[in-house]
Amino acid sequence: MTHQLKDGGQVLNVGMLARVEGEGGMHIEIKDRQVVDVKLNIFEPPRFYEGFLRGRKYTEPPDITARICGICPVAYQSASTEAMETICGITTTPEIQLMRRLLYCGEWIESHALHIFMLHAPDFLGYESVLEMAKDHPDVVNMALRLKKAGNDLMELVGGRAIHPVNVKVGGFYRMPTVSELEALRPALEQGVEDSFAAVQLVAGFDFPEMEQDYTYVSLRHPDWYPLERGTEVVASDGVRFPVAEIPQRIEEFHVQHSHALHARFDGGTYFVGPLARYSNNFDQLSPRCQEAALKAGLGETCRNPFKSIIVRTVELAYAFEEAVRIIDQWRDGHAPSVPTAPRAGEGVGASEAPRGTIWHRYRIDADGVIQDAQIVPPTSQNQASIEADLRLAAQQWVDLDDHMLTHRCEEAIRNYDPCISCATHFLDLRVKRTTSAEQP
Amino acid sequence: MTTTAEHGLAGQPGAAEQHAHPHAHDHDAGTPVVSARPKLAVWKFASCDGCQLSLLNCEDELLSIAEAVHIAYFPEATRAVVEGPYELSLVEGSITTPDDVRRIHEIRAQSGVLVTIGACATAGGIQALRNWADVDEYRSVVYAHPEYLRTLDTSTPIASHVDVDYELRGCPVDKKQLIEVLAAFLGGRKPRIPTYSVCVECKLKGNVCVPVATGRPCLGPVTQAGCGALCPSYGRGCYGCFGPQDSANTASLTKQLVELGMADDDVIRVYRTFNAGAPAFAAASDEVAERVAARSEAAAAAAARADGVVQERGPE
Repeated sequence: MTHQLKDGGQVLNVGMLARVEGEGGMHIEIKDRQVVDVKLNIFEPPRFYEGFLRGRKYTEPPDITARICGICPVAYQSASTEAMETICGITTTPEIQLMRRLLYCGEWIESHALHIFMLHAPDFLGYESVLEMAKDHPDVVNMALRLKKAGNDLMELVGGRAIHPVNVKVGGFYRMPTVSELEALRPALEQGVEDSFAAVQLVAGFDFPEMEQDYTYVSLRHPDWYPLERGTEVVASDGVRFPVAEIPQRIEEFHVQHSHALHARFDGGTYFVGPLARYSNNFDQLSPRCQEAALKAGLGETCRNPFKSIIVRTVELAYAFEEAVRIIDQWRDGHAPSVPTAPRAGEGVGASEAPRGTIWHRYRIDADGVIQDAQIVPPTSQNQASIEADLRLAAQQWVDLDDHMLTHRCEEAIRNYDPCISCATHFLDLRVKRTTSAEQP
Repeated sequence: MTTTAEHGLAGQPGAAEQHAHPHAHDHDAGTPVVSARPKLAVWKFASCDGCQLSLLNCEDELLSIAEAVHIAYFPEATRAVVEGPYELSLVEGSITTPDDVRRIHEIRAQSGVLVTIGACATAGGIQALRNWADVDEYRSVVYAHPEYLRTLDTSTPIASHVDVDYELRGCPVDKKQLIEVLAAFLGGRKPRIPTYSVCVECKLKGNVCVPVATGRPCLGPVTQAGCGALCPSYGRGCYGCFGPQDSANTASLTKQLVELGMADDDVIRVYRTFNAGAPAFAAASDEVAERVAARSEAAAAAAARADGVVQERGPE
């Protein structure tokens, strides 16, 4: 970290935002104690997935788009398979849907445990990393590793691999896990239920800054389930709701000069996807035990303090463990792993709830199943404007802190989103610039 | 000789052997581990974060690893930054921007042993598909304002730019192999990583051969082992995410894929995925592409000739 004077103003440089997936930075300009400019800079090298998906076969996106992100590959696999099945008129079985949900539980567990304990909790407990935290809180860290491992083990069994699962395809799976294989995971998953409810209480005891925003929360919604692997419609906290198929008409992507990630608008305005949005839009779909734990942890049925996202994530972690056990309870052997597929010309949308928010894919394919056009919109991309709004508020609220402390607070405000910069693309360079009007030309 | 020379990885597979960093030759295999914990840095270029996540996914070993090495730079995991030089650098991702080219040289300069992890760092990753395409077209497909982007026309592996001491394959790397590479570094010995094909792993697992039994295509015969024959164990053919094995006989496999009924376009695509930039897979796909091009040129020429005949006769 360097501290230098430039153009009469103060510039604070922090090389890289830490404990996020991917690399990035921010730019904050303060003039006369007023925040005048805030930018989240993502200049991660573009990888051009939407470009090279053109000309590939409709069966390929589950393997290819998984490579967009090592932390949430299942989100990409689910959204792409759903889009292709919608286009081709393929109806899968309830058992295939259930197994997809189980795989998704594995991803939520692995990703949420990683973020809650290894990336986010060190902020609240005053450590640079989970490894340092382990010296003073070995029980917490050992529990965290146990929880995360349970999620990875579930992904390895159902998906074949924890990172970039190999068992997912358009139409279902290559192979269904057996009852006895799933039963072998039961003890760790049941332990996970208890551990994660204990963790809800633990994180509820952290010290949370007072900060609330009037976000427009957008998430999927399913009549029977808390949204994970799919939803039947999109709902917004302002009451708007529409089918998944209409997403491309309602959400507009646009490109700003300071970022390699595209921004997005919903009905023309800034919106927020992620655990806070899911929770606030779907509180009624959580299990009674999760609802009770959330309320006891001091959350309302909606939560508008982004710093409390760690509590919401932990409630969702408990929910994912409960769901996994519930699905294993009802699983029986002998179900076909997939249904037959054939291409059909058309265009369609698939959406799922990645751990960090709604992700959607739109494809257009020809009669031979060759992709003509692809659009992939990850959650971090959609949240960039919200992140900038939070940064603006946080920087203003704590403008009198010294640069070091202010930087820390702003980094935390970004980490609340568990941003996946690899998904959205990359590289942040953190600067706070302070000037007074007397110093301006 | 720097302190880094006391650690190291003896011997490298494939391309890395020709690019071995001078430091790697300064020590003998089996040199005892020095008492101070070596400093580890983890770097990232164009990639998905999956290979460095593999390190955090070592739930049973993570705390022991942190005791054995000093995690000095690893932004995904810690805010703390300890200045270099670093005895060991793990590098994820491929080189795709002018800034990347500058940065990898800086990293090389402050690293004792430099190990590239994963398909992006060792073969350019899936983003190497741009090497066959018009990047300007990609820009305009993906971005409304392509002029805001700073990017190269190619995605290349780290070893194309600096000397690399060891390359660990996989998309993603296998975490057991990653631990083996770390252990080898600490022990000053060569990592025990197989260079034979996925077929061997399949036989060891007792899998039924996917192409023989089901007629489905499988890249197992030309792909380096390391995943434990995952895909065949789940009833699908290997799709080559560990890249080509040593002396891969792609010509023979291409012939077999065609015999199994794959169209030429499908054969090209099957070689052009996560290790598309690996020389053996790139050459195999180019060979088929050239055949297709020659065929369509011949067809076009024949059509033109036929056309010409018609035109010549037209005025009569």
